[in-house]
Parts: sequence; structure tokens; C-alpha cells
Amino acid sequence: MGINGKSYIVGIYEHPCRAALDKTLPQLHAEIAKGALADAGLSKDDVDAYFCAGDAPGLGPINMIEYMGLNNVRHMDSTETGGSSYIVHVNHAAQAIAAGHCNVALITLAGRPVADAKEGKPVRYYNQQAPDFPFEMPYGPNVTNMYAMCAMRHMYEYGTTSEQLAWIKVAASHHAQYNEHARLRDVVTVEDVVNSPMIADPLHRLDCCVITDGGGGIVMVSPEVAKSLKRTRVKVLGAGEAPKHLAAGQVDLTYSGARWSGPKAFAEAGVTPADIKYASVYDSFTITVLETLEDLGFCKKGEGGKFVSDGNLISGVGKLPFNTDGGGLCNNHPGNRGGMTKVLEAVRQVRGEAHPKVQVRNCDIALAHGTGGLLGSRMGSATVILGNEAA
Amino acid sequence: MNTDQKNKINLVVNSESKPYWEGAAKGQLLIRACNACGKAHYYPRTICPHCFSEDTAFVEASGNGVIYSYSVTRQAKPPYVIAYVKLDEGVSMLTNIVDCEIDKIRIGQKVRVKFSEAGDGYALPVFTSA
Ligand SMILES: [Zn+2]
Repeated sequence: MGINGKSYIVGIYEHPCRAALDKTLPQLHAEIAKGALADAGLSKDDVDAYFCAGDAPGLGPINMIEYMGLNNVRHMDSTETGGSSYIVHVNHAAQAIAAGHCNVALITLAGRPVADAKEGKPVRYYNQQAPDFPFEMPYGPNVTNMYAMCAMRHMYEYGTTSEQLAWIKVAASHHAQYNEHARLRDVVTVEDVVNSPMIADPLHRLDCCVITDGGGGIVMVSPEVAKSLKRTRVKVLGAGEAPKHLAAGQVDLTYSGARWSGPKAFAEAGVTPADIKYASVYDSFTITVLETLEDLGFCKKGEGGKFVSDGNLISGVGKLPFNTDGGGLCNNHPGNRGGMTKVLEAVRQVRGEAHPKVQVRNCDIALAHGTGGLLGSRMGSATVILGNEAA
Repeated sequence: MNTDQKNKINLVVNSESKPYWEGAAKGQLLIRACNACGKAHYYPRTICPHCFSEDTAFVEASGNGVIYSYSVTRQAKPPYVIAYVKLDEGVSMLTNIVDCEIDKIRIGQKVRVKFSEAGDGYALPVFTSA
């Protein structure tokens, strides 16, 4: 059973805070739930399905359903694929609604890494029981150097340059200047990026995303419920999800799981990359965007460097406006999990409610893509394609 | 994490990984191979990730390989080099490149295993210029 047209996104909320020193993690989740339901014109008693990932405390849905007093939940899902979880949740909610398991699904994400660090709380360590842990952790892998090795190999195989990667940050910064909540609002140049300090060769500081607190939420409903609401509805047209890993030692760092999640989403939606007017692409690092765009089919493998150059991702300038909220590179990367905010900006674009300076004209079809885990080892990839009522 | 540091490295030694670390302590780089399908894999597992057979065993690798990709973690003191090395046996492993001039390291460079003391009699396989 496909999901095309069987569910709608009717409510979204992005928490405006970027440092949550005065808020607890469950509190952030609840504030987000309240905001998303208010946007939809629904109440908490309408919610019959709840979705959250590893950022939620305790046993995830169980603790959060109790905390928020969601009394009518009959379907729950705590799929955890890192930062891509929330796009997987959109897919799973669409499937559950299509199958008749629920009518009003609530998805929340919240995080407070900035506040936790200020309060001296220990960072959450990677699970030592993970089978790869004994063979990798002794070598000092971290988020940046594991993405950096992908960039290094992509440069080696395809001649991609640091200047080309820098264009991705430049485009994000052009959009972020209009977002009053963005963590970084200054427009930067290619020179600014390549002259920023090297963190892990070949990635510079400005190739990296921001670290922020906050979060976001989504309310998805059946077509019947959507029609009863006043809010502009955004149709879920198709979705795909895929794992990618080191394949027993056959390591290839030049592509992501988008190679598989993308085609599934496009096939279900019945559209091609040429039909996409706006794309939210997970941007933990510039290289994440570049490989993903290739894998989703916006350009040929290896030609991502050329594709992202010269402002091609800037709204109103280039062919593929991306991350018009400023993305994870400039706006927000709540809890180090950027999949949620990718969906939120895609919804704003389809609704026609992005900032006027970055709103894409006639944005009837948009895409959101998430990458969770590490591009340099194992990841969960998820793609969703959204459209307006006519799409 | 730089293996040049004399700090003890907290290795996770469990029933599945113990022979690997015991091999490293004796100067052997072990990978796991499957008698059913004939393929090698890394990191080592009891059940073959290619064919799901339980007929797998540790075998000693030549210790020779080439750098598939690498990165220098500049903010660490001292900076260290993380890399994937593709072994001659055809599997790639995450590792460190040590005892090299950091700025001369290149993809495709031939490297050879060496063993860095990890404390408690254990050793960590790392690589240096061949
Ligand atoms: Zn086998």
C-alpha cells in the first residue's frame, strides 16, 4: 500500500530558542507539541499517534505521552536513526495513517546540547555495546573527521574543491540573513569559508553546522481530518528510507544512503528531480549536501561540486533553492539532529510561508532529506517529497 | 587518541574481539574469513556478514595496504591522522597513520601495519609508510 496522497502535514512548529538553559528536555518537547498542534488547529486530545526518537528521555514515547498527558494514543513509534529519524517518522506516520491505524500523528524532537555543556552534564557516549565500537573508538573518530574523510575521497575521485564545498555554506548564509532566529546571520563568502580554521582536513570551521538547543514538531493527519481544518495542507507524496554502512569492509565514502532512499521517494511520488522546486538537504557539513544532491539525482555522481557552485543553491538566483531557513549550517541543528528542521522549511515553502526574500515561486513540490549517524561509516538516510493540494 | 601518546587506550575486549586483541599483542593483524563463501570481512564477526555461515575463522593479514582516505584532526593536541586503509586482502579498516610527516600523507599511499602499546599487554594496530 502506497502513501501518496493518503496523509497531510497540517501543523509545524520550530522552537525559537537556540540555548535552553532555563528549560528541561521534556518541557521543550511539550512546548513544541503545543506549538505544532496550535498551528494545525487541533488539541492534544485529538492526537492518536505519537512519534519520537532517541532524543526523547526515558523510554521515549512512554515517558513523553505521560508527561504531555496524551490520553488517546493508540499508535506509537520510537524509530531511532539519528538526525534522519524525523523524516523516517513522517514516512511511518504516513504509512500508519494510510493503513487506518491513526488519524492524527504528532512527531517531536528536542535537544539542549548547549545548555547541557554549560551545566557540565556529560555528553551522551556512543553505546559501547555497538559491535563496531571496539574496532573504531581507539582511533579517535569524531563527527568532523568522519565526514572529512568522505570529502577527502570525493576530492580525490572527482576533483571536488574546497571552494566548491564553500558555496554550500555561502548559499545557506544568504538565506539565514533573513531568519531572525538563525544562530548565524552574517552572509559569508567562499574566501571566508576556505580561510576559516581547518578543523579536520579538508573541512574548515565554516564547513561545519552550528550546535544549538531547541527542536521542532510536526502534526500529520488523514485526508478527512485535513479537510476539516482551516490550515493550508501539505500533501505527503512519497518517502523512502535506507541504511548505509561499511559493507563488511567494502568501504565507499563517495555516496550516501540517499542513493536508495531517494529513488524510492521519487517513484512513490511519481515525480523526478526536475520537478522539485525546493529541497531541504541535511547539512551537518558541506560535504553531506554535496554527496546527497548527487545521490538524489539532481546532478551526476561526481558533478556535485560544479552543481553547487556560483550560487546555484541560492533562492532567486540558482536552479535549486535549498535550506532557505539557513539550514543546519547557519540556522539551527537542535540536539545535533537536523532532519526535523528540514521538513519544517519544506512545509513552509509549499505553504508559501517561507520568508518573502527566500520564498520559491509556485513551490508546488518540495523535497526534504535527512542523514543520521556518520556519512563516513554508517547512517540512516530518509527522503520525503511533499506537495500542495494540486500536486 | 594519538597512538604516539603513552596513555593507556581503553580497549573493549569481549568474547568476540578477544582473539583479535591477543593477535595484535603478538604482532599479528587478524581479519576474519569465511570457509563457506571464501570471503574476508572486517571488523571481525562470528557469523559471516556475506553469507550468514558460522564457519568463520581469524586469519592473519599481510599487514600491507593503501590509504583509501584520511583526515588530520587539527584541533587535537597533538593533531592525529585518522584513515581507512584498504588491506591487500581487500577489506578496509579504520585506523591511524603514525610516524609520518602529516602534511605528506596522501590517498593511495602504501602503508604497513605496526603495533602501538595499548596497556595491559595489549596493542593497537596502526599504520605507517611502507
Ligand atoms: Zn560467508
